[in-house]
Amino acid sequence: MSQTFSGDSGVAEAVKSSDLHPGTGAAFNADDFEPAVRINRFQGLSRPSLSYWSDAWMRPKKNRKATVSLAMVVFLALFTLVGPFLWRIDPSAQDMARISEGPTFAKTAVVIDEAASWTAPELSGIPAAPTASAENLLAPATLEADGVPSSQAVRLKWAPVTGASAYAVYRSETKPSGKVGTSELGVPIGEVDAGNKVGYEDTFNLERSEYFYSIVPKNGEEASKFTTLRVVLPSTIALSAAQALKSDIKVGETLHLSAHPFGTDYLGRDLLSRLMSGARVSLFIGFFAPLVMIFLGIVIGGAAGYTGGRTDNLLMAFADFVLALPFLLFMILFKIAFGVGAGESGIFPMLVAMVILSWPSSARLVRGQILQLRESEFVMASKLLGARPIYLLFRHLLPNTMGVILVSLTFAIPSAIFTEAFLSFIGMGVAPPTPSWGSMCNDGIQTFLTHPHEFLFPAIFISITVLSFNLLGDGLRDALDPRMRSTS
Amino acid sequence: MKNSTLVIFMQLTATVALTTPGLTSSALAATGSANKTLSYALSTEPPQLNSLKSTDTESFFILGHTMEGLTRYGKSGEIVPGVAEKWTMNDQGATFTLRKNAKWSDGKPVTAKDFLFSWRALVNPKTASEYAFIMYPVKNAEAINKGKLDPKELGVSAPDDYTVKVVFEKPCGYFLGLTAFGSFMPIREDFYNSKKDRYAADAGDLVYNGPFMLTKWTHGASLALDKNPNYWNKDRIALDRIDIPYITPDNNARFNFFKDNKVDLLETLNKDDLQKAQAERLKMKNFADGTLLFLEFNFRDKRPTANKNLRKAIASVFNADEYVNRVVGIPGTKAGLGLIPQWLRGSKDLFRKEHPMAARKANVAEGKKLIELAKKEMGVTSIPPLVWLTGDTPLSAKEAEYFQSLLKTTLGLELKIDKQIFKQRLAKMSAGDFDIVAAGWGPDYSDPMTFAELMTSWNENNRGQYKNAAYDKLIRSAQATAHATTRMTAMADAEKLAIDDFAILPLFERTKVYVHHDRVEGIVRHAVGPDPDFTMASIKTTKQ
Amino acid sequence: MLKYTLHRLLTGLITVFFIATITFAAMHLVPGDPISGAKAMSPEIRANLERKYGLDQPVLHQYKVYLTNIVKGDFGISYTQQNRSVNDIIRDHFPVSATLGVLAILIAAFGGVIFGSLTALFRNKAPDHLIMFLVILGISVPSFVFAALGQYGVTELNRFTGKDILPVGGWGTLSHMLLPSLVLGLGTMAFLVRLMRSSILEVMNLDYVRTAKAKGLSPMRIFLGHKLRNAVLPVITVLGPAIAAITTGGFVVESVFAIPGLGRYFVQAVQQLDYTVIMGLTVFYGSFLVFMVIAVDIIYGLIDPRISVAKRSAV
Repeated sequence: MSQTFSGDSGVAEAVKSSDLHPGTGAAFNADDFEPAVRINRFQGLSRPSLSYWSDAWMRPKKNRKATVSLAMVVFLALFTLVGPFLWRIDPSAQDMARISEGPTFAKTAVVIDEAASWTAPELSGIPAAPTASAENLLAPATLEADGVPSSQAVRLKWAPVTGASAYAVYRSETKPSGKVGTSELGVPIGEVDAGNKVGYEDTFNLERSEYFYSIVPKNGEEASKFTTLRVVLPSTIALSAAQALKSDIKVGETLHLSAHPFGTDYLGRDLLSRLMSGARVSLFIGFFAPLVMIFLGIVIGGAAGYTGGRTDNLLMAFADFVLALPFLLFMILFKIAFGVGAGESGIFPMLVAMVILSWPSSARLVRGQILQLRESEFVMASKLLGARPIYLLFRHLLPNTMGVILVSLTFAIPSAIFTEAFLSFIGMGVAPPTPSWGSMCNDGIQTFLTHPHEFLFPAIFISITVLSFNLLGDGLRDALDPRMRSTS
Repeated sequence: MKNSTLVIFMQLTATVALTTPGLTSSALAATGSANKTLSYALSTEPPQLNSLKSTDTESFFILGHTMEGLTRYGKSGEIVPGVAEKWTMNDQGATFTLRKNAKWSDGKPVTAKDFLFSWRALVNPKTASEYAFIMYPVKNAEAINKGKLDPKELGVSAPDDYTVKVVFEKPCGYFLGLTAFGSFMPIREDFYNSKKDRYAADAGDLVYNGPFMLTKWTHGASLALDKNPNYWNKDRIALDRIDIPYITPDNNARFNFFKDNKVDLLETLNKDDLQKAQAERLKMKNFADGTLLFLEFNFRDKRPTANKNLRKAIASVFNADEYVNRVVGIPGTKAGLGLIPQWLRGSKDLFRKEHPMAARKANVAEGKKLIELAKKEMGVTSIPPLVWLTGDTPLSAKEAEYFQSLLKTTLGLELKIDKQIFKQRLAKMSAGDFDIVAAGWGPDYSDPMTFAELMTSWNENNRGQYKNAAYDKLIRSAQATAHATTRMTAMADAEKLAIDDFAILPLFERTKVYVHHDRVEGIVRHAVGPDPDFTMASIKTTKQ
Repeated sequence: MLKYTLHRLLTGLITVFFIATITFAAMHLVPGDPISGAKAMSPEIRANLERKYGLDQPVLHQYKVYLTNIVKGDFGISYTQQNRSVNDIIRDHFPVSATLGVLAILIAAFGGVIFGSLTALFRNKAPDHLIMFLVILGISVPSFVFAALGQYGVTELNRFTGKDILPVGGWGTLSHMLLPSLVLGLGTMAFLVRLMRSSILEVMNLDYVRTAKAKGLSPMRIFLGHKLRNAVLPVITVLGPAIAAITTGGFVVESVFAIPGLGRYFVQAVQQLDYTVIMGLTVFYGSFLVFMVIAVDIIYGLIDPRISVAKRSAV
């Protein structure tokens, strides 16, 4: 697209080609000609004429992929904008009793009284001074639950072991194999630091319905013998917590707890509503950054392409320079340099950094288009008719680049979403408590083997969004940009 | 033209091909073989191993294995003889008698001069050591470090090659514990000067007097420690090699290395690893790593947190039990009671047993009353949002979100979370640009003073600038004597003052759950000192 | 051609100068500084450290020193690793990142060309659909997901078979590089498959292909000699930026697989506000990227006789 390509040479060429056309230039008489019969049926247009935009509208409709992706984009928009009105759970409401729960639809809990304070039984008859060495210690003769175990607390008491100076309490989700030697008893839940204290209250994250408790006597080292008890925990809720949900509930009644179709996160917050508010952040960045970037691209690219000359060279050299910056490195650098103050979400600095670093690609695109169009015949014609530059730019040049711009916008969206996700994933993204899909992935990845839902759902949403915008971009490109039409 | 580009490309590939073999890790030397090698993965690399400049856990871990001070840490954290064979101590100073068979890894004897050199260098302002303050109990150390005296004036002397005499600035009851600390390690002057800036930059740039020597250090990738044949007590060291084939901050990756039998010890499991470990049927152990996590309030003028009733209201809605069991989620974690953690020893028994402190119960109704009182005192109708400064680790974000929701629902207080990377958080802490900061404090030595000193008005780590003349006076009196009971009582009284004043809100005392493979035994964990400690570890020979 | 190359190199140098300046400015805008440690230090020690690193000098002076040192090829001493220079860090760790990146690019390029050709050859048949499905997955799933899943998969595989099929992490032998470079290259590969597919479909019905058919060449020869050769050109153009993007984008992969690459150092340095390392690595990566793109452009011109780079530059 050399700029020396002027309109004159185009005209000259047209004349030349008509000269070469065979059959012209021979001599004929007027009698040689008869008026032709007018055949009307060839004159009328049999179908409505296709304008650029109606053609553009028809194509994606024919393209199945594009329609599906359009539907997905609409779904995502509804999910983000309408979702919170339908699923009215506060995304920041925490429920410490329901941390990292998998998807639940109908969960009930029996209301129990507030746990009264409990102290472990302390025996006076047992000598406090430890005697036996660890290998000779016996397992506690009995081990039982004190009172009814609930998901609020499990209280254990056991028979004292002579010679023990302490007891270690283990808790396992699976039945210990019972092998001698205290391996695989589960989590070391606590320790009782006296031989005559023979009870323990467990309030540690009781989220399963069944646990195996093992008591290992100690004297310096742990003994090799232990006693195990299986405890079944009914789903319960303390009265005060229950009354917060339903004011007239009484002890012993069953309460229907709220459903969490996507489960809950590490603070017991509803994952579905968090995904919705996370979508607002991810999609906001995903839309807004490309929009601003393309707007900037149109302004700078349009100016460069239209004015040409030194302005063009200067602007494009600048664009080249920005393009040469290592994108992710500078995203991180700018993010740190701009800083995020107290209570800020960090969305704005990220947006600014993203726009600063990515406008050149769209500016180059717009400029290339304008350069091309500037030399086209219809612009030439308009010029000849005396159109002013501004009119030309807004009436002819820019509208005709819209297709290409729209396509590049659709492709910029997924990459913006990816960038946000990546930055949030390495902890350089949005600040808490603002959720974004990327930061949710970051939170969830640690648990993805034990609570896969916390990682998978946001990851799936990122993937779906990126996928549908990519496909939509493909479809739009086929529709809007005849030259870039993929042959598939 | 064509050729020259090609040449550039070939050179590039050639460098790549030549340099990579140098990075070969010893990952292939998998565990399970009959040799006495223990494998371990670090989360970050030690920045450098110059004991004068080290400040981080990883460096002190390596230094604790490769170097030896006058004393060492024993199995349960007690002080045992190191280079010093015996010692005498009183209020005025201490005299250490060095063993004659202590040698450097190149065979030269370890002498009193090596200690003199490193101790003087530590307080020398030219060294600019961050840990110079730890030498302050020694006479003139502080003055030297501030450039007022020559390093030669430091209160240490060597009457002969095997005697180190220390004169105290003021009585120091915990000085013995300091001599095992990393900053007090000896350095040989001739070697140090021959290396200049390169000292301790690489495996070959150090000379060792500890049980192990660093034989391989591939930066960012791996380290290896081999048994030091010149160590005076080498017969007591059962391991031939400590291999560190991986360095990664990724917790999941380290778990996978452990599962794949590539490392013998997983130093810490996070909350979510517990279930994985149960599924793997691993034998879990826990230990208190000594760190106290707490909320530090800002006492500077015009800060809402300078109001005592506001602080008290926050403290009264905080449910330590729920926080420890649900949010922290590491079993065995103790809720914080006071400023001085429960593992520290007092004069005879545990400090906390000698000076008990009652656990606080959450009381939302009282909190609501207090907040109204606070508003009245401040003369405002609503309290402006509080700035909560925190770090960028996953737990700190979780903690911030928990408190944000807690204070909002119970007291109607708004919290603005200010999450910053490490250095920016430090800058904001020093500038007082916060209302509440989630802080942690790890001990430097095994004495309640390492915590008690924290809230004194002269301590630069007192970022909230809490000032209490009575508190300062009690700490000064504790520092003026070496008499155990007097010191402990003074510190306990001071602690009570600070807690009743809500100078800080103790959250919890950190506990680590860890697992190791059955083939190793004798791994020791320390709250103070190199952690984990492999010097007493051995490989079981029965199986395989 | 020579003039063009010189011109490009000159603009490249100017770009590097600007990168150095912007990085310097950004670093000095950041609140906080690299010297502060976890334990607060007395003003005296602080002053000593500031003197040591020249932070007590006026900013303009620091800038001058910094630029002169860059020209000398000296990026200074790291703040956190007090006796390692940034040059040491680059020398030790860049080859690792580069090896990983080159391997990832090779996997991506070969995979892209092969699978892309397959999809075009079996257009609208089962292999096409299968590959395109995987491509969609590759494009829309973030690399951190692949990294985590890949490592978990290998751990389970090793355990299931009881052998060390593949190392779970670390660095050294080719087997260490396989999984991370695959994970790193997957996204680019998916992108290239798509590019390759449409590129082949475009040349499918061009005149010279028809001529070759008419000459009676075997379909294989037409494919290799005519279609593939021409269709592969667009793939080469995107390789330049892709190499740089992959080499710098390895943060997560390097951290998950415990690989001692530069990406990890960069993130670490940012968290520690290690001025010299951040500035050094940015300038180094910036120049690497700038000159990589220039090199690819020139090579492209050499490969494709139809395109003269000198002319292209006018656009």
